[in-house]
Amino acid sequence: MKMKKVLAVALAAAMVMTAGCGGNGKEEKKADSDKIRIGAIGPTTGGAAIYGEAVKNGAELAIKEINEAGGINGVQVEFNFQDDEGDSEKAVNAYNTLKDWGMQALLGTVTSGPCVAVGEVAQGDNMFLLTPSGTAVECVQYDNAFRVCFSDPMQGIESAKYIGENGLATKVAVIYDSSDVYSSGIYEAFVKEAENQGFSIVAAEAFTAESKTDFSVQLQKAKDAGAELVFLPFYYSEASLVLRQAAGINYSPIFFGCDGMDGILAVEGFDVNLANNLMFLSPFTPTSEDEIIKKFVTDFEAEYGHTPNQFAADAYDGIYALKEAMEKADVKADTSVTDVCEGLKSAMTDISIDGVTAKALTWEANGEPSKAPMVVKIADGNYAVVE
Amino acid sequence: MSFVSYLINGVSLGSVYAIIALGYTMVYGIAKMLNFAHGDVIMIGAYVVLTAITSAGMPPAAAVLAAAVFCTVLGVTIERIAYRPLRNAASPLAVLITAIGVSYLLQNVALLIFGANTKSFTSVVPIPAVTLAGGQLTVSGETIMTIGACIVIMIGLTLFIKKTKAGQAMLAVSEDKGAAQLMGINVNGTIALTFAIGSALAAVAGVLLCSAYPTLTPYTGSMPGIKAFVAAVFGGIGSIPGAMIGGILLGIIEVFGKAYISSQMADAIVFSVLIVVLIVRPAGILGKNIQEKV
Repeated sequence: MKMKKVLAVALAAAMVMTAGCGGNGKEEKKADSDKIRIGAIGPTTGGAAIYGEAVKNGAELAIKEINEAGGINGVQVEFNFQDDEGDSEKAVNAYNTLKDWGMQALLGTVTSGPCVAVGEVAQGDNMFLLTPSGTAVECVQYDNAFRVCFSDPMQGIESAKYIGENGLATKVAVIYDSSDVYSSGIYEAFVKEAENQGFSIVAAEAFTAESKTDFSVQLQKAKDAGAELVFLPFYYSEASLVLRQAAGINYSPIFFGCDGMDGILAVEGFDVNLANNLMFLSPFTPTSEDEIIKKFVTDFEAEYGHTPNQFAADAYDGIYALKEAMEKADVKADTSVTDVCEGLKSAMTDISIDGVTAKALTWEANGEPSKAPMVVKIADGNYAVVE
Repeated sequence: MSFVSYLINGVSLGSVYAIIALGYTMVYGIAKMLNFAHGDVIMIGAYVVLTAITSAGMPPAAAVLAAAVFCTVLGVTIERIAYRPLRNAASPLAVLITAIGVSYLLQNVALLIFGANTKSFTSVVPIPAVTLAGGQLTVSGETIMTIGACIVIMIGLTLFIKKTKAGQAMLAVSEDKGAAQLMGINVNGTIALTFAIGSALAAVAGVLLCSAYPTLTPYTGSMPGIKAFVAAVFGGIGSIPGAMIGGILLGIIEVFGKAYISSQMADAIVFSVLIVVLIVRPAGILGKNIQEKV
């Protein structure tokens, strides 16, 4: 009798929890019908909020500049950013909200999992999608989807090449989040490419979203295996714990991350000395002397009071790519979603922009950008590009 | 040697589960309700300590005390507003669902006040790490402190319940609310006291959790809260020593599972062990199997 009751309680609790995630009655704004409407989706709350915020700020800065310079094809642009908390279900809800609002093209989503989910719906609607930072392969699996950043396999391959070609280590350990498509995607490509490089993988340890605070075992295994470099293809918030726990067991290999590591110095209260000699792949560096980057960094700092990260840069380039392609495809405020999509699909492969994440940035028809990766190293609490 | 260091890691992780489980089991044991918001009270406690130290410049000990007071008030308020009106509801589900609601409420309020960005928590534990076997093994100060706190709390709670009048009242309420009331015990007051103690323990647990794993977000409490709930069931929910044993065993099983079987399967292993234990001993390791008379 008692057991049954407890079971019923647990089932009911589970139902309520799943139902609780469903409804998302965000405010419904009606759009100006005489403006070009670009929607965007990303997490501005939740664990990946720093990325959503960065994308939102970067994109809004670009939109502001474009509107001040006369808009796209002489038409002003309206921008609407919706929060998805990094959750696929909420991202699809946000997408529907934006569609009701009258979105003509989508910048987003920011994180991979939701991007794949929204990609499926957008493909059905023939909505043009440009993700600034969705790195999973599946983000651009349909021909209406493009991205500004590198894909996961590209990051894995480039990381392995960099480590091998620069002889950073002969014994490498990998710790990755097996419950995350981004992390495991990079991991798989990294392991594959490692076979062609002059190092061996001595430990490959996983963790999941349910147990991402204790890394003592994974680090101990890497240490026992004598790894001189630990590859960490996941986000900075967990990475800050890894660095701290490694210091706790007196283990100081080279740590190497991917673009998700960007932002680690912004964690409030984090001891930046722990991140010294941490390296990661990044397409953007705010300290560059390049004119376009300098202007972007100065304007961004004036607007938001802090230095932009690569997500802001990806979003900034993304909006300018949309502008360039929309001009080529002659998109107006009354162009239908399907016409926008068809026009942009062919225009994207013809444009070339000098952005903040790359010079002469171009796109293939498969949605992938072509640009060269860079490695950033943290020294004395600052990001610096490795030549 | 690595076996011993894994064992130490397991005990460290387990001690954190144990200290959270103590609060869970205390409230369940007396009020017979699962307070799903317990993990989130922990998170609030940690934020209070962080704010008190960084913004108000309070010394760590005073900050912990402030957090304990704050959480006590919070716990009693939650009990008064959200749980007490439902105590005699037709279905025991009502109060459970409310607890889930309170959990979401606390998370979202924290999100609103403190934002979603991860904050790094500076350890407030003054004990230095101990190195053994010529520097090959390290036991962190946080682990020593957490285990110490667990033992003190466990003994303190047991003595409180056995030796004081208020404690005896709690026992009576847990056995039969109606009869206790007829005996002149203030049931509402007793349950409020239970929540007060449970929430103060949550504040202490929050500080130790965030000292051991120094990141703080509004979601910090939820997963450890669920793991600690499992630990409490594992040890026998309602049993105070059971919560401690359950927590530490859970930590050791998790770490050994990761170290010797598969780091990908760690949680699956933990929960499989739980299922086996519950099949063999449905009331948990130290739980009493009380037959319900029909």
